[in-house]
Amino acid sequence: MSDTHHADHSKGYDNDQSPYTHPDVHTHHDEAAGTLLRKKIWQVFWLLFGLTAFEFIIAFAMPRGTGRNLIYIGLTLVKAFYIVGTFMHLKDEVRNMITTILVGLTFILWFILAMLIEGNFYGKGWFLGL
Amino acid sequence: MAQTATVPKSLWDGGRKPFKSSYGKLMMWFFLMSDAFTFSSLLVVYGVIRFSSHTPWAMPESVFTHFAGLYEWFHIEAPLAFVGLMTFILIASSVTMVLAVEAGHRMDQKQVEKYMLYTIIGGFMFLGCQAYEWFHFISGTHGAHHIAGAIHLIDGTVAQFMPDGALQVMNGEAHLNANLLDPSNAALFAELVPQASLLAEGGVHGINPSAIISGAGLTVNQYAQNPSFANLFFFITGFHGTHVASGVFLNFLIYKQTQSGELHRRGHYEMVEKVGLYWHFVDLVWVFVFTFFYLV
Repeated sequence: MSDTHHADHSKGYDNDQSPYTHPDVHTHHDEAAGTLLRKKIWQVFWLLFGLTAFEFIIAFAMPRGTGRNLIYIGLTLVKAFYIVGTFMHLKDEVRNMITTILVGLTFILWFILAMLIEGNFYGKGWFLGL
Repeated sequence: MAQTATVPKSLWDGGRKPFKSSYGKLMMWFFLMSDAFTFSSLLVVYGVIRFSSHTPWAMPESVFTHFAGLYEWFHIEAPLAFVGLMTFILIASSVTMVLAVEAGHRMDQKQVEKYMLYTIIGGFMFLGCQAYEWFHFISGTHGAHHIAGAIHLIDGTVAQFMPDGALQVMNGEAHLNANLLDPSNAALFAELVPQASLLAEGGVHGINPSAIISGAGLTVNQYAQNPSFANLFFFITGFHGTHVASGVFLNFLIYKQTQSGELHRRGHYEMVEKVGLYWHFVDLVWVFVFTFFYLV
């Protein structure tokens, strides 16, 4: 039982009081790394702001239709990429964790497809002309 | 015996952390995955109901036209602008959240406190905006002179009464900006609309007061004949708002823990990171709601 604690002390982690977290996983960084990260954060903010403003503009500048919807979906996915990648820093996690989450999320794609095809049976047959 | 302490544990003996991440962070990710499925089911249901609706769906830009202040003081309508502001507020609070996480990595307690406080304020601002939007959605846009209903025009296209009283042709270019309550337009409507196919109760001539609807409830609303539009609005934005509210609550708890120095004594600010994940997820969901509910 005390082995773990001893091992951790030998690595120089004395402050961890929680039995549920492992000391190796707490990332710390210095002022220089922080400055870089803050710059990146603000870049992502302006990107998200710009894309949202663009979406707002084409809501009035472009007629309703499939083309506009495709632009919306594309821009939304770009925004999602930056929110998850930078703000939730999934890009900095180990590759296996990224894969686990992304593979899980592909079930949503299937979910959308299945529901739209099902919905078509009581709908107007708008989907792929089915 | 002392030697066993220095021997690293094997992989299956707890020697390595899965994904080199902590238990709490992984559990937060798993929870967010399940929540992503919940929200995507709501949005998929929205899509299925909207596109299989036999009556015209509401146009979001003619429903969400109130901007706090502009409408009350200057009677100016700004379609979707207020929703845009809400999106901006949530993205900005996401930035202050990630700045709090960053400050936590530098063990800078004062900055963590400051940015957590900004994030909480942003959350309250968003909730306030949502309350304003719900109020106007429920109480109605222009008072009680609208008809929710679709009518079939002579040429086979379907038209819908818009919140401003105009008749909009859904499948064509034509947009009649004529108010159907104006008696001088009676001839125009009589020409376009065969009486027999009128779906709106009471017809165009001599509107039946019982067909006049203002605002939105669970069974009927002024924006679209299909009551699902208002129901989905209440459910989707309400469920998201509940997430924001609980996010504000969690942020407040962590703010208090930061302020008391509790997190600093632990030697890391991982709790800030965990509530941060939740808060960014709430922002992420709003990005999708903004697109699929308000824009498409």
